Amino acid sequence: MTGLGFSALLLIIGVFFGSRAQKKHVANLAAREAALSHMFVTNLRTLPATEKPPLLVTGSVVIAFDYFRRFIAGFVMLVGGRITMYETMLDRARREALLRLLEQAEAAGAREVHNVRYEFSRVGHTTKGGAELLAYGTAII
Amino acid sequence: MILSNTEMIAGYKVTNHVGLVQGNTVRAKHVGRDFMAGLKNIVGGELKGYTELLEDARKEATDRMIADAHSKGANAIINVRFSTSAITAGASELYVYGTGVVIAQ
Repeated sequence: MTGLGFSALLLIIGVFFGSRAQKKHVANLAAREAALSHMFVTNLRTLPATEKPPLLVTGSVVIAFDYFRRFIAGFVMLVGGRITMYETMLDRARREALLRLLEQAEAAGAREVHNVRYEFSRVGHTTKGGAELLAYGTAII
Repeated sequence: MILSNTEMIAGYKVTNHVGLVQGNTVRAKHVGRDFMAGLKNIVGGELKGYTELLEDARKEATDRMIADAHSKGANAIINVRFSTSAITAGASELYVYGTGVVIAQ
């Protein structure tokens, strides 16, 4: 019974703080994306000619698979279908990774990044761990 | 050393290929970071400790790849690819590889 109470408490904490953090993060992402909207990003493999040598840039983020999401996902998996919470989580992580890449590129004086690739990998425990989203590409100065 | 994940660099000519160059590193998380990650797993969000750990590890793997390219006489690495794999529950391998080349303008 105490175990159940504890789980319920974790869920409530997760929902409350998780959704607050998510709202804040989405607003933060939108602001930074607007500030970097002058950057030109492609996943094309060929580079335009420039005088300065190109620069490899990366951006990464490790996100937690939290208790609340795993709990809900467990239910959804019984019947199958979309797990929208994971969709938004991965979307946020991918945007964050790309923004970090762009911030690195901009700091180096670049206005264009080409051949951008995303890499996804699990880290840590299956139950306690998270996932890493890595974005990398070639910046043109 | 010029690094790029494209197959060619415009404005430069590849005069010689030295072959595949690579660098790897395996990192384990430590207890303190894992504890914080445990807390984060309640509310969700970014695991900053892990992000830093993997950034460091990736930098080291890249440095090893650059050293490999140096020893083979290359002055640039093209078509660089990153790959991460979880080997056991607590450790990840960071692997970076590319083609070492000699380029000239």
